[in-house]
Amino acid sequence: MRFIPILISAALVLGLVNPMVLADDSPIAVGKALPEFTLPAPEDPADLASLGLAPGQPFQIPQVKAQVVIIEIFSMYCPHCQREAPTVNAFYERIEKDPRYKGRVKLIGIGAGNSTFEIAFFKKKYAVPFPLFPDEKFEIHKKVGEVRTPYFIGVNLDSGTAMIYYSQLGGPDDSRQFLDALLKHSGL
Amino acid sequence: MLNKTLIFLLGLALLAGYHPALAGSGDFKDDIYNPGQLKPIDSTLKVKVGDPAPSFTLPSFNGEQVSLEQFKGRLNVVLSFVPAAWTPVCSDQWPGYNIAQEFFKANDAILLGITVDNLPTLFAWTHQMGHLWFPVLSDFWPHGQVAERYGVLRTDGVSERALFIIDKKGILRYAHVEDINQRPSLEDLVDAMQKANRP
Repeated sequence: MRFIPILISAALVLGLVNPMVLADDSPIAVGKALPEFTLPAPEDPADLASLGLAPGQPFQIPQVKAQVVIIEIFSMYCPHCQREAPTVNAFYERIEKDPRYKGRVKLIGIGAGNSTFEIAFFKKKYAVPFPLFPDEKFEIHKKVGEVRTPYFIGVNLDSGTAMIYYSQLGGPDDSRQFLDALLKHSGL
Repeated sequence: MLNKTLIFLLGLALLAGYHPALAGSGDFKDDIYNPGQLKPIDSTLKVKVGDPAPSFTLPSFNGEQVSLEQFKGRLNVVLSFVPAAWTPVCSDQWPGYNIAQEFFKANDAILLGITVDNLPTLFAWTHQMGHLWFPVLSDFWPHGQVAERYGVLRTDGVSERALFIIDKKGILRYAHVEDINQRPSLEDLVDAMQKANRP
């Protein structure tokens, strides 16, 4: 009996049981509240209006005027994010054109380790139509568990708290399929 | 005795299970080696802004020999030393420059990427980044000779994360050694290219 703890420990050492890979350990596991972080008010009046925010006021995700917010954690320096930019743009356009989702679902991007200059460059380079925010010091990136990029988090705001219903590395090869998956679980 | 053994084994287990996440692209998946936090700068510059830049000729992964001299009178040259292939920050830095070619073009500049890795390693690593518009040069043999000449060879044999700008006359106009654990600012590089391109 006294050897059971040793056996459990040995199993951990050998990687037979790895508590670090359990989904519940992630700060952005489905079913959890999104970690709190503050974003600067968008400078573009169109972005500001789209998110329903007051000018010049930093904000948190639950303040966005929407039922669902989809957050892409990306980087200007990530080749995967560069390649997927047109697909994510198409995804946004689909939301905006569909009366079921327009105004109820918002998409934003947060650039892990990217400065304001780098974000502005990426937005212009790929004609990104939705708001992008810098996270130059990786502060938000750390809060969401230092995920690889691009990473997509879907949150539902109906309860007044940003509750995670979707959390997935990698983006859409097919924007329709991706949208369907993201919206299927959104509660809309 | 049992408690000590248990504590030791649990400690090992935690270490074995500790995989610090990388702020890297999903493209590289689990292929990136994380060296952990390193001494920010581990060398002393041997070049000075305003002096002629040390010349060199190095092999590129596409089979060419590339020399600093060949750009003299035609283009400003940006040298981007990165420490090593298949490491976290390095694997993002050049893909960023790869979509920023317009900044280089606007300032009559060519970018030369340099590491101390050998050609096969550079070939495989940069292949993961997609098609790069700039040459990537191997300073593998004699090991790190060019990095040493510029004063950016670290004591463990890799180079610093450093940027140099050499103008069309062959004069060093900008020298920046970044903390090896961080990516240098694109804005600062663009600003330095603009300054180096002024007569």
